[in-house]
Amino acid sequence: MQSQQAYAVEMQSIYKYFDDFCALNAVNLKVKKGSIHALLGENGAGKTTLMNVLYGLYKADSGRILINGEQVEMKNPNVAIEHKIGMVHQHFKLVENFTVVQNIMLGKEVSKAGFVLDISRARKQVVELSKTYGLTVDPDAKIEDISVGMQQRVEILKALYRGVEILILDEPTAVLTPQEINELVNIMRNLTEGGKTIIIITHKLKEIKKSSEYCTIIRRGKYIDTVDVKNVTEQQLASMMVGREVNLVVAKTKTNPGDVVFRIDNLTVEDSRKIERVKELSLSVRKGEIVGIAGIDGNGQKELVEAITCLTKVKAGRISINGVDLQNTSPHNVIKNGITTIHEDRHKRGLVLDFPVKYNLILENYNRPRFAGHAILHEQAIHKFAQDSISRYDIRPENCASELARALSGGNQQKVIIARELSDNPELLLAFQPTRGLDVGAIEFIHSALIKHRDSGHSILLISFELDEIMNVSDRICVLYDGRIVAEFQQGEVDENGIGLLMAGGERKNGI
Amino acid sequence: MLVSILLAVSITLMYSAPLMFAGLGGVISENAGVVNIGIEGMMTIGAFFGAAVGYFSGNPWLGFLAGGLSGGLLALAHAVASISFRADQTISGVALNFIGPGLALFLSRKLFAGSAMTKPVEHPIPTIFGSYAAKSSNVLIKAANIEMTVPIVFICAFVLWFVLYKTSWGLRIRSVGENPAAADTLGINVYRIKYLAVFVSGVLSGFGGATMTLAVMNYFTQSTISGQGFIALAAVIFGKWKPHGTMAACLLFGFAQALVVLLGGSNSKIQIPSSLLSMLPYVLTLISLVLFVRHSSAPKADGIPYVKGH
Repeated sequence: MQSQQAYAVEMQSIYKYFDDFCALNAVNLKVKKGSIHALLGENGAGKTTLMNVLYGLYKADSGRILINGEQVEMKNPNVAIEHKIGMVHQHFKLVENFTVVQNIMLGKEVSKAGFVLDISRARKQVVELSKTYGLTVDPDAKIEDISVGMQQRVEILKALYRGVEILILDEPTAVLTPQEINELVNIMRNLTEGGKTIIIITHKLKEIKKSSEYCTIIRRGKYIDTVDVKNVTEQQLASMMVGREVNLVVAKTKTNPGDVVFRIDNLTVEDSRKIERVKELSLSVRKGEIVGIAGIDGNGQKELVEAITCLTKVKAGRISINGVDLQNTSPHNVIKNGITTIHEDRHKRGLVLDFPVKYNLILENYNRPRFAGHAILHEQAIHKFAQDSISRYDIRPENCASELARALSGGNQQKVIIARELSDNPELLLAFQPTRGLDVGAIEFIHSALIKHRDSGHSILLISFELDEIMNVSDRICVLYDGRIVAEFQQGEVDENGIGLLMAGGERKNGI
Repeated sequence: MLVSILLAVSITLMYSAPLMFAGLGGVISENAGVVNIGIEGMMTIGAFFGAAVGYFSGNPWLGFLAGGLSGGLLALAHAVASISFRADQTISGVALNFIGPGLALFLSRKLFAGSAMTKPVEHPIPTIFGSYAAKSSNVLIKAANIEMTVPIVFICAFVLWFVLYKTSWGLRIRSVGENPAAADTLGINVYRIKYLAVFVSGVLSGFGGATMTLAVMNYFTQSTISGQGFIALAAVIFGKWKPHGTMAACLLFGFAQALVVLLGGSNSKIQIPSSLLSMLPYVLTLISLVLFVRHSSAPKADGIPYVKGH
């Protein structure tokens, strides 16, 4: 009995089916009281499903859940809340036009006479909690006005306000800068020192090493292992997660970039509300070079991409490739001049989900003589081209040419896009978040495709919110903040922390 | 001059009261995230039951309550369709706008010997000063002698404002309209709150209809409610989904209706064709929506059915 008491959470051989699909297949999880325990797995491995079972959002088809050694039937979130389990979801569940205090007390309001809100007393409680655990928040600010990092702290406070002892954090670092991640790790330490237990769901290995004591790995709904984080390397964790050896950093040689191919001069772009999002931005990309633009979401990336691809008008400035001006022309003209684009949202801009894969593969080139003559599509040529692309880019399943794009997994959908965008060997590939939402295996594939394209003497402009991706793939790194390039480095001149600081609007100090 | 201004004010208040009840109904429903385009239908059924029960019982207050209850019951149909079955809220609301008048006409023919209108209510809603005003020679008292429904609707507006912004219930209602998933994870019963809000919305709309047949006129015909529900809906948007803003917007639209009466009188100095004048409230609604509703901020999840776990 004594040994059981040491576990805050025990989940024993949990099964969960969605129709015929077995999402969780005899998964076990034991979390020691007062520890930080990571739950590692690829997208779709079942991490979040398992936690939703623990939180009572899904009901397990079989298996036992013990909280502090006592068996509990998790019928709904209220049972979880009763047992002092709290969950911070990946997409925050906050009411945007409510203040921090209102969000925290919602559902468990502090009131006078049973129903009249007592904001000042609630505020006091929030301030006290935030002091105890070092969670800095502005209690009176509205959620829509505060940073993502602070919103996350509000979510954690919401859980603490409800007296949680076991806190589940779902992909907590996905939206944070390196500095905010360090702050979060400190907060997590403060919480475990205060006796709380933390389960963190993630597929980022570095953060597990940084924050957690134990790590449970699940793969395709199956329990793989629970390890002591001290005793394993990131590489070993990755292999356990994917089920084969993976390269976390794709090998690449140094390049000798040639002449400038693509340049942007003093570009200013406004968004639909006439607010300047890109401000007098200049940059250039040379032949055989990957330029990475690091920055937090919302600093002008979207507008920059839309300006380059002529999806929006520019207010001032030039965009040119090989000396030809492109600004304020048409997407067709941009493609004709040798720029193709991997867009951020593959469902919205990358694919026609209800078209078969083969048509998606020729969306840009459908009117070339080899695919169409006199407005009639050459079905055979298209099919053959699709077969070639599918085998060259290892798109699965391999006979998917006539399947709808919707039926493919995210990673394979992205491969379809890459195959299409690289099919004409573009002078410049504009890659905006090319690995968004993909798992380690697919990321490895896409990174090596990008590097191969560079090695064949072409250029790439990579825009990503994932600092790791920028660091691993780029030859030159520009930092974008508030619509401006605030710093530029050659690969190897700077580390993540230096860039992270600049991404958050920090001053450039000597030495970085 | 003073008398005609006072007259304008009292007529404005008289015509505003039904709009205000319905507008407040719209406010509570939309703040809980349910678009209630069926207000018109709920007002119609409320107007009929107000007149019918008021006629048969001889008690205007009984009629008033019956009007509210009938509106609430009709609203429940909207709630079942749009909350439980996640039907498109616009379509469900439009359906109610057919059911309401249809049902009213059917019942009217059944109860009033095949007539499409009810018999006049003998005792309408009393006025503030009652018969005292008739005896009084004071023009102020005569002019201020408005129906009791006017103070009642102002009290309702204050209560609704207080509930929405000062109580825990209001916090929950608004959270459901803004981000139901957030409310759900905090153990708030989203569906129950939506049902309650839609029901109250129907009751208030029903009151609005009953005000029309018990305080403004004293009988029900098919044309008693002709667009007031939609005007109230416009007032909700114009008033930025807030009780006080909606009240102000309703006063404006009520004033437009008062102008129709004031300028349309045969002894008026300027003669404007009455058909043009009757357009005034609707034209004003249209103009106000076009001009002022650019930066309006509807509750974020307004009109979106909530599905648990998505």
